[in-house]
Amino acid sequence: MVYLTRKAEFSASHYYHNPEFTPEENRRIFGKCNNPNGHGHNYTLEVTVKGEVDPRSGFVVDLKQLKEILNREVLDALDHRFLNKEVPEFFKQIPTTENIAIAVWQRLSPKLKAAQLHRVRVYETPDLFVDFYGEA
Amino acid sequence: MKAHLTRRYMFSAAHRLHSDAMSAEENRSTYGKCNNPYGHGHNYALEVTVSGPVDEHTGMVCNLVDLDEFVQREILERFDHQNMNMLPDFEREVPTTENLCICIYEIVQRGFRPAHLEKVRLEETMMNSFEYAGSAEVRK
Ligand SMILES: [Zn+2]
Repeated sequence: MVYLTRKAEFSASHYYHNPEFTPEENRRIFGKCNNPNGHGHNYTLEVTVKGEVDPRSGFVVDLKQLKEILNREVLDALDHRFLNKEVPEFFKQIPTTENIAIAVWQRLSPKLKAAQLHRVRVYETPDLFVDFYGEA
Repeated sequence: MKAHLTRRYMFSAAHRLHSDAMSAEENRSTYGKCNNPYGHGHNYALEVTVSGPVDEHTGMVCNLVDLDEFVQREILERFDHQNMNMLPDFEREVPTTENLCICIYEIVQRGFRPAHLEKVRLEETMMNSFEYAGSAEVRK
């Protein structure tokens, strides 16, 4: 089994707010991230796929295809967007780093054929990142 | 859905690698420059990984404020700008980065309640790093 990781970057804005909470609860739990006008991050995304090396191509996955899928399914949807308002997953769910990693996984995993998705890692900043392995 | 959240912290501390169980020559040959009597220091980068179900109300594995407060109080205040050879944690053990990594894992494991501790990763310099996940395998 060989693991291959592809990196990508996107910039997006978000804010954290749960309409079921009172304004005070929202402020206490989410702090500055509760500002309804939003704020933004430069996210770094690492997508790791795994598989056996194809004896003919020598590839685990055709990087060109992986890049296309990543661009089409993830980056076109998230890059330079206000996540809460423009990305359907986050109309109801809070666009935390955790939920972004899960959303990226769910967008990518059905589209990958040859290789299997192993891990999605999302960096919100260099000192905060989330890993999702597809676990329920 | 279960996710893993990693937070990175920095601290600077001094140490000297020296074992009372070894002769002076053995200490020098084992630890090299790290055995110099007055010690030396590093900028350590610490990564703490916790895991758990993503809470459906908050979208979080755990609130970062809780993790930051705990690490600040229990780890950074204990080690930052200290000489580790002088600390009770290293009275009997050599303050190698292996032992420091295990020590930090155990403090977080014992005291941090809001999420499950998955692993501790410690960079001593940009060239070497250590990972410890207790009885579990380190997950990649
Ligand atoms: Zn944010």
